[in-house]
Amino acid sequence: MATATEARLEEIWGEEPGPASWFTTGDHKRIGKRYIVTALIFFFLGGVEAALMRWQLAQPGATHLTPEQYDELFSMHGTTMIFLFITPLFTGLANYLVPLMVGTRDMAFPRLNAFSYWIFLGAGIFLYAGFAVGAAPNGGWFAYPPMTGPIFSPGINMDIWSLGLIFLSISTTVGAINLIVTILKLRAPGMTLARMPLYVWAMFVTAWMMVLAMPPLTYANVLLQLDRNLGTHFFDRAYGGDPLLWQHLFWLFGHPDVYIIFLPAVGIVSTVIPTFARRPIVGYPYVALATVLTGIIAFGVWVHHMFATGLPTLGLTFFAAASMIITIPSGVQVFAWLATIIRGRRPVFSTPFLFAVGFIVVFVIGGVTGVMFASVPFDQGVTDSYFIVAHFHYVLFGGAVFPLFAGLHYWFPKITGRTYSETLGKWSFWLIFVGFNVTFFPMHVMGLMGMPRRVYTYSPDLGVDGLNLLSSIGAAVVFGGIVLVAINAIKSLVSGERAGADPWGAATLEWATTSPPPHYGFGSIPVVTGRDPLWEQPELGSDLTLTDGREILGTTVTDAEPEEALPMPEASVLPLLTALGFAAVFVSLLLGSVPAALLSTLVTLAFIGAWTWDLGGVPG
Amino acid sequence: MSVARVEPRGARAPGWWGMALFIVAELTLFGTALASYLFLRFEAPTWPPPGVEQPDIVLGAIATVLLVGSSIPMLLAERGIERGSLMRMRICIAISIVMALGFLAIQGYEYSAASFSWRTDAYGSLFFTILSLHALHVIGAVLIVAWLEVRSLAGHFNREHHAAVQAGALYWHFVDIVWLAIFLVLYISPRF
Repeated sequence: MATATEARLEEIWGEEPGPASWFTTGDHKRIGKRYIVTALIFFFLGGVEAALMRWQLAQPGATHLTPEQYDELFSMHGTTMIFLFITPLFTGLANYLVPLMVGTRDMAFPRLNAFSYWIFLGAGIFLYAGFAVGAAPNGGWFAYPPMTGPIFSPGINMDIWSLGLIFLSISTTVGAINLIVTILKLRAPGMTLARMPLYVWAMFVTAWMMVLAMPPLTYANVLLQLDRNLGTHFFDRAYGGDPLLWQHLFWLFGHPDVYIIFLPAVGIVSTVIPTFARRPIVGYPYVALATVLTGIIAFGVWVHHMFATGLPTLGLTFFAAASMIITIPSGVQVFAWLATIIRGRRPVFSTPFLFAVGFIVVFVIGGVTGVMFASVPFDQGVTDSYFIVAHFHYVLFGGAVFPLFAGLHYWFPKITGRTYSETLGKWSFWLIFVGFNVTFFPMHVMGLMGMPRRVYTYSPDLGVDGLNLLSSIGAAVVFGGIVLVAINAIKSLVSGERAGADPWGAATLEWATTSPPPHYGFGSIPVVTGRDPLWEQPELGSDLTLTDGREILGTTVTDAEPEEALPMPEASVLPLLTALGFAAVFVSLLLGSVPAALLSTLVTLAFIGAWTWDLGGVPG
Repeated sequence: MSVARVEPRGARAPGWWGMALFIVAELTLFGTALASYLFLRFEAPTWPPPGVEQPDIVLGAIATVLLVGSSIPMLLAERGIERGSLMRMRICIAISIVMALGFLAIQGYEYSAASFSWRTDAYGSLFFTILSLHALHVIGAVLIVAWLEVRSLAGHFNREHHAAVQAGALYWHFVDIVWLAIFLVLYISPRF
């Protein structure tokens, strides 16, 4: 393609760097980076909370923290890691990668995309404002009533929590819808569903799960707010309510959420392993199908979080069976990865590959304890002990953070245009891998010895002093490893070597454009003929340049036949203003001011009106 | 490979897909709400609890006819814009709005006439929360289509270019159809 085309595209899509475009941009790459950085800041905060808890638990009977502080720390640690770190981070990564991987120029709705970031940021600040006013959420990340109801949690701590999560769910839902429409309508010509990269498959299923799982959480939180502030009786046994209703609604969200966290990680591993094993993934259709099946079965296992609540045995048996069945698609994926490594050429032991392999090891351990928990009698014996803390850190830290680090290292050259230091990368992997196991493996034993979760200290008589100290030392090592990742990133940003378009020799479309990609993504829309376009097609370009205006290519849903050129909206400040309007609504609700809530709702509606007016007929 | 230069329109526009997915999320919300109602209902020895009368089924039926019926002028409005008749679209949407306002008026009357409130017991909490949740959606749908009326006066839509009208109408139909499920569960099911 001639440079004249590229100059023309830059004229259409380019943005002035600087604060003005900072507040108005709809560029998926800028928004994606912003999501990633913000989520990493929350990861750091959640990590500090964990470090404080391990400091407290390093010795029996320590008094570094009061019980009240400890409650706030474990509540905010869980809430941060689940809602403000891993989910938004994966959303941000998908924001950056999915449009490039499917060969288009932006997300389907760039303004909604900006809006969902601002809402995420606002909700994160809202949840953390609790620390500033001395009333951080303290009812645990699953907030069971009646403990979190009006009688036992009279402060605003849990109002901040439940309103904050309702606020955040706007971002999650809108972001997920944006991803689904992008994947359905904007894939490059020739990229049929059967040729979609596995990462895109994983994000497609994840986004669907978000759309279907957020409403139960939102509804549960609305009911909790009504019980707390308007005198309803949803969770109040004395008036015909039932605290178990909360548990059902919460876990109807909560278990799918485990897979909302896990599936993007699986998508990353299925992308990284073939690149370094130097061959296409073994069993592509089975891995794609396993992703979809996991997404479906995940909605039928929530009661395994409630085995110890006295539900009828027949019901428990059903959920135990479903919980065991869900290991089958996970097993299919694990064997596909192993087969890819074995059947490939001698793998390149780069940092992303190490993290991907480290993930397989720890995830299998977490999976094994998961199957143990699927068995009702075992669950009833060890639930709410440190055994469960060990289990879910193996599947969440091991199952999601390891692949996340694989992905962050893998795409670092693409996003920043610079290569990172492999030496530092490998050091950080080994620190995190060893530190992780030293931190969390002893927790299995502590749990079996009877140490309960969520208690701010323990007695020396329990015999878990040494294990706790070991665990705290491990936590310090993990922390060191993560700091090393940060040092590597900053150092490489400043002085790393320039990365070429495709430093790994990878197969997917994001490597077809420069590193970092131009504002318009691709000079011409690629036309693909297979699953691994960069390995199969030496010449990817086409004459589809769309230089008439700010346009992207719409294609058909299953076969990705070119359909029409879709006009895209210009940058705008309205998404930010609308998000601020929502923030005002939630702050008013927290303060219990009806006039302020009504006023800010009207203002928000006015912004939404202006937004749709401004678009005319352009999707946005 | 070349692309026909057509404006986004019809059922395939990304905006339509976006609205359809938003409705999927909303349906899940209402599904959750009705499932919560049934969950607490089947735990209760009597339903509604002693001293609380059944919801007024006659009034509820009239409201249902008004709201579900309002989908018919909305369909005609869509057909109008597809044939390029802005005036037909505006009149039909206006009729739908009036019918929905009638529905809301009946709901308001029921609120004021009820002998129990959301504070009385879990039954009252469920009844008023689900009705209010739905009423807020009706108000939202009215605002959406009223805004479409304003935008049509500003010339935003024509025969080829009206994806927003279709998305707004889709939302309208969703609010109507979900009411049928609510009517079934809140007004009819307690009688059995």
